[in-house]
Amino acid sequence: MTRSRHRRGANAGKSVPHVAGNGLLDRRALLGRGIMLAGAMGAGTAGSLTGAAAEALVDGPWSNEVGDVIPAYQTASKFEKDVLRTVDNPKNEPRNSRARTPHQSLKGIITPNGLHFTICHGGVPDIDPAKHRLVIHGMVKRPLVFDLEALERYPMVSRVGFVECGGNSAPLFSNAPIDADVQALHGLASCSEWTGVLLSTLLEEAGVDPKAKWLIAEGADSPRLSRSVPLAKAMDDAMVAMYQNGERIQPGQGYPMRLWLPGYEGNMNVKYLRRVQVTDQPALTFYEARTYSQILPDGRAYRFYFLQEVKSFISSPSPGHKLKEPGIYEITGVAYAGTGRIAKVMVSADGGKSWAEAALQEPRLPKAFTRFRMPWRWDGGPAILQSRAWDEAGNMQPTREAFVALRGQTSKPPSVLGFPSQHFNAITSWAVDAKGEIKHVYA
Amino acid sequence: MSMRKGLLAAGVAALALAAGAARAEGPNLGKPVTPSDLKAWDINVFPDGTNLPPGSGKASAGAKLYAEQCSSCHGDNGKGGIAGQLVGGPPRASLDGGKTIANFWPAATTLFDFIRRAMPYTAPKSLTDQEVYDVTAYLLAANKLIGENDEINAKTLPQVKMPNRDNFIIRFPDRI
Repeated sequence: MTRSRHRRGANAGKSVPHVAGNGLLDRRALLGRGIMLAGAMGAGTAGSLTGAAAEALVDGPWSNEVGDVIPAYQTASKFEKDVLRTVDNPKNEPRNSRARTPHQSLKGIITPNGLHFTICHGGVPDIDPAKHRLVIHGMVKRPLVFDLEALERYPMVSRVGFVECGGNSAPLFSNAPIDADVQALHGLASCSEWTGVLLSTLLEEAGVDPKAKWLIAEGADSPRLSRSVPLAKAMDDAMVAMYQNGERIQPGQGYPMRLWLPGYEGNMNVKYLRRVQVTDQPALTFYEARTYSQILPDGRAYRFYFLQEVKSFISSPSPGHKLKEPGIYEITGVAYAGTGRIAKVMVSADGGKSWAEAALQEPRLPKAFTRFRMPWRWDGGPAILQSRAWDEAGNMQPTREAFVALRGQTSKPPSVLGFPSQHFNAITSWAVDAKGEIKHVYA
Repeated sequence: MSMRKGLLAAGVAALALAAGAARAEGPNLGKPVTPSDLKAWDINVFPDGTNLPPGSGKASAGAKLYAEQCSSCHGDNGKGGIAGQLVGGPPRASLDGGKTIANFWPAATTLFDFIRRAMPYTAPKSLTDQEVYDVTAYLLAANKLIGENDEINAKTLPQVKMPNRDNFIIRFPDRI
């Protein structure tokens, strides 16, 4: 790269006011005053990618021949073959299996169905929907059983929302930063439009005993995975979800139906839902009594954490991406909170010394991914990119330092696939070096 | 009845109808299910012992079952393997690992419930209730939480004092 190209790239965006250190630009450049930034970007990038005038345009062979037959079920272009989930138990050994969402390749708020994260504790069951049943029993006037055909006739609702494993981002409990990408670190969170029957509709039909306080939800998978759910949540916004982004729920998501508890720990969103027992006490099932109880530094542990608290991370640029030259880039990522809507996202390019407010892409839905964007002029020097979110209740995403002071960290780095604890929602830092390479760091 | 009272009564009746109508919006297609229909699925066990089945278990019988059915994943004597360590472990679990039955699990009933519903991993629900009691007794005895010859049944299991039981904090009490 020549010096002159460096300068042209570095000058890009100079007409846009810098709003925080190390090149963060006014987010309004993305909105009302987009022309100015577009002009700046054009000046910065037109010649600089090749260092020469534009090449003569030619027809590709695809323009001079008839294309392929349209497939009955379309999948991504072959050129996108590397946009995949990472699977951590490809031989289906007798242990948990996980597939993580490639956030570094995604740009919206909806996770494509085939890329939605999946965790199974006994493989993916092959359920015949015609034989699947959902039972509601326990402290109800009328214990009832439903089949899929019956549930199809109930009033349905659609709602966009995230599901996040309680253990998402667990590698950040490591005492030293683990060299991994956003998919490995934060890939156990995804967001979809879910459609189904409100659980309250079915509970009302069964007639819940006023003394009931809990329900125990159980799946039809091989561990018959079970979790205790407060009745208040069930009556508030719980859904028996049957459709995901318009089509039937994927096998990895609970086909033919799952419990969806907007904003609550992924494991509670029981897949393959087959039974709901209404009770006056929790069951202390394996997953809540052991696995999803979080050890604290003083030796005690949290129980019934439930809530996925306010969080954000930058998906682009992120490890694995490379900034080819100085100039204008868009910093973007997702923010979400189990409490409701995202109110604000701030971005830093200097490791938290200064911050600027990111633009929030509409729609900004409660308990759903909100996409944020921040224009940035990279000057070719070191930078540390961070994002920090606030929810509408005023809860703020903590710094990692403040978070681990309360929640603890490991004494030596664990495997990137390990789960030292859960419910990590602190700030993530990506360091950009002078070569434009990006690495996970603590800052 | 005065005019006003009459109107009020009509209003209340209308509200009641509206509430009834709201509930009737669903097509009411749930079919009644009886306890005998539910028998194979009705397996939730609670910390107070609710829904534990009849029968009892002994550690000696459980040791043999454990070796045959569990040790290939959980290791000899529960020391851990491809699946988690079950016996012993550090005195206190930490973020470095080591949640075991003795140092972490808050309720002994969770053992019976989970073994019955989910284990052995490759053949879940293949153990009889008797065998589940036996393996439960073995794991509790191996963790020195009961004596080698103590009988584990619906009455004694919920009474097993788990060492870590009082070390849990409800994270968001207002959500329960």
